[in-house]
Amino acid sequence: MTSSPSADRPVVEMSGISIEFPGVKALDQVDFRLFPGEVHALMGENGAGKSTLIKALTGVYGIDAGRIVVDGAEHRFSGPGEAQDAGIATVYQEVNLCENLTVAENIMLGHEPRRLGAIDWRAARRAAAEHLATMGLDIDPASSLGSHSIAIQQLVAISRAMVVDAKVLILDEPTSSLDADEVAQLFAVVRRLRDQGVAVLFVSHFIEQVYEISDRMTVLRNGQRVGEYRTDELDRLELVSTMIGRSMDVLEDLQVSTEHTVDAEQGATPYLSAVGLGRKGDVRPFDLDVYAGEVVGLAGLLGSGRTEVARLLSGADRADSGTTRIKDVPTRLRNPRAAISQGIAFSSEDRKSEGVVGDLTVRENIVLGLQAGRGWMRRLPRRQVDEIVEKYMAALNVRPANPDALLRNLSGGNQQKVLLARWLATAPELLILDEPTRGIDVGAKAEIQKLVAELASQGMAVVFISAELEEVLRLSHRIGVMRDRRKVAEIVNSEDVGVDDVVELIASGGEH
Amino acid sequence: MATTTPQHTVEGSGPGAPRPGGSGPARIARRLRIDRRYLPVVGTFVVLALILAIGGVRYDNFLSVGVLANLFINNSFLIVLAVGMTFVILTGGIDLSVGAVLALSAVSAAYLIDAGVPVAVVLPAVVLIGSIIGLLIGLMVHVFEVQPFIATLAGMFFARGLCFVIAPESIPITDETFVAIAGWDTWIAGQWRMTTSVIVALVVIGIAFYLLHFTQFGRTVYAIGGSEQSARLMGLPVARTKVLVYVISGTCAGLGGLLFAMYSRSGYSLTGVAMELDAIAAVVIGGTLLTGGTGFVLGSVLGVLVLGLIQTIITYEGTLSSWWTKIFIGVLLLVFVVLQRVLSLRKT
Repeated sequence: MTSSPSADRPVVEMSGISIEFPGVKALDQVDFRLFPGEVHALMGENGAGKSTLIKALTGVYGIDAGRIVVDGAEHRFSGPGEAQDAGIATVYQEVNLCENLTVAENIMLGHEPRRLGAIDWRAARRAAAEHLATMGLDIDPASSLGSHSIAIQQLVAISRAMVVDAKVLILDEPTSSLDADEVAQLFAVVRRLRDQGVAVLFVSHFIEQVYEISDRMTVLRNGQRVGEYRTDELDRLELVSTMIGRSMDVLEDLQVSTEHTVDAEQGATPYLSAVGLGRKGDVRPFDLDVYAGEVVGLAGLLGSGRTEVARLLSGADRADSGTTRIKDVPTRLRNPRAAISQGIAFSSEDRKSEGVVGDLTVRENIVLGLQAGRGWMRRLPRRQVDEIVEKYMAALNVRPANPDALLRNLSGGNQQKVLLARWLATAPELLILDEPTRGIDVGAKAEIQKLVAELASQGMAVVFISAELEEVLRLSHRIGVMRDRRKVAEIVNSEDVGVDDVVELIASGGEH
Repeated sequence: MATTTPQHTVEGSGPGAPRPGGSGPARIARRLRIDRRYLPVVGTFVVLALILAIGGVRYDNFLSVGVLANLFINNSFLIVLAVGMTFVILTGGIDLSVGAVLALSAVSAAYLIDAGVPVAVVLPAVVLIGSIIGLLIGLMVHVFEVQPFIATLAGMFFARGLCFVIAPESIPITDETFVAIAGWDTWIAGQWRMTTSVIVALVVIGIAFYLLHFTQFGRTVYAIGGSEQSARLMGLPVARTKVLVYVISGTCAGLGGLLFAMYSRSGYSLTGVAMELDAIAAVVIGGTLLTGGTGFVLGSVLGVLVLGLIQTIITYEGTLSSWWTKIFIGVLLLVFVVLQRVLSLRKT
């Protein structure tokens, strides 16, 4: 741990920051400070204003009120370029680099060394290689960025940030698509930078990671600052209740609701039954039954074939082997539309590119699926639309509770809720959820989990995919274990099954 | 909370998880990946060689320096257009105005010279006309966020209309200085004939290559084509660059008009109809992706040469209608687009 930072002068001091969007007060008089040589976590639920605060600091959004002082000088950023010039570098959740260019080009873009006015490519490649080396990254600078995993791309993005000798490094949800090994690699780099005196602002929904890496934290709630704490002085429970501003009732409720079990084993017909379903190159043939009223969890590492299974079950990809029976009737799901007409709803893990429509309002997004099912000629009556929208916005606690807000102005977690509402509005019989809780905060996560449990108890069949094994275990009645694009095991969930058991199954590939 | 699995290495060793490293196959794969960026251009080159070979086998004198030199002479204006178009397409845009701007520039040149304006003034002036139209289009695209297709379509109608306002009939150019410049030529190694317009085209190619690969502007063009959002967040001057590519394309069109006026010794308002489509075809055949971000200016030049060679072959064939050129170009375009699609699919 570093020496107490309070002795130094803050490198970033934001005071009284307010930002307003049409219909949304995103930030309200927020103060924030960041010291050199610390890792500072910015905590808060979705919609608390974390992303907005970061975008104010990086010049993406202009501020309506307040002062931003960086390194002693007051700034009014009118673009990301200006913030970068002031020494603030940012690595966003979705890596914002250009996949069409090489690693070296991405790192040096905009800062290429020149000779006689022309870019000196040899020097540029050498500099890029040096920056990669200091990150401990052994990749070819001349390889194209798109050929690397997201984790590597993220580290490349940090290398890029370091080219400008950034005093402040902002990491916005850097770990949400990394596996444990890659997180460790990232944290090693972050610690090294911190020890060099860089101020690191870290935003993550993974509370364990925040405790592992951060020295101090600032908590936001509903666009306001709740407080600033030393990480070692605030325990996890206190943090969560500070973030959500209420006690942990929601999470405890959940424990009760999953206790009931399904009589799936009693010879009933499964709602959906896949036999030998597979697709070359994606996932090996697997069998899977999903009964009405049960949650079937899919556990496995990133890239183990979880998503591919979901895509086959939902008709998003076409299977090239095996059969699907729905209520004992053999059915070919040629495309998502066919699946939807069979009552199967698939909420994709990539909500940004496959789910929500940012330029439509919350209301329009919610009824999109329902309207599509009816055909565009038979418009839903406005009153019915309002009823549905109101019902699901309340049920899912979508914030802000304004059906006319544009979806892109909502936080990630609330977008996810809207997406969920869209599928629920179509009253599906089988709901396939691929990573519905990724990148969203504890409160929203608990709400979504609770909802899934409720839906199942009301008789809906649910396939639930998550990278978080605790979550899968908490919700599922049965768990399919995936590894290396193969379904290696299926276990019935009970009190005795723990995370370790599932991890062991994944590790051993079910071969005992 | 993420589950920490001590055995997470199983994922890394699984298929489809590229790991950096120095092992043999990895290095070969890496090398192939780099090559892939140049593959479309290599493909164009192969097609060019193939056409040359076919022509060489079928006709005497086809594989002569004279034929190749004429290829450059007859297509210099199209090369200049295609170079400008490459900038626009690399950013993910499109420029439909260049054919009409070329005509406007040629007509203006003929009209001004006819009116007695000195050639030294006319030459830069007509190129500037192209730049200005490009600037207006660029501002429309950037400031008012008009789709490039629509903005440049508007520019096309505007420029074409203006041609007719200036001169509905063809104006011959008889000015001595102009004719002297247009008719000037030199022989490289006593065999290769170079005219003014070929030299201009070569200079334009050189400047474009330098701009794209050795300046921050050029890197920004590629970055915008890769992801405009990313480019903006990286702090690159996206706005300026997006306007500038249309200025460059417009300037090239203005210059192309001048070359065309030299080539035809006249200015006529109906020249260059659909020439923007030839330029786009050349750029695509040259391996530039219409979605932006991938492509090379030299590829576009090769694309123009392919188009020109097809035309030459049809002429040599004698019995074929010149419309067969269009059919071949259409087939070739299709092949290249499919090829690019296959390449980019295999990449992912």
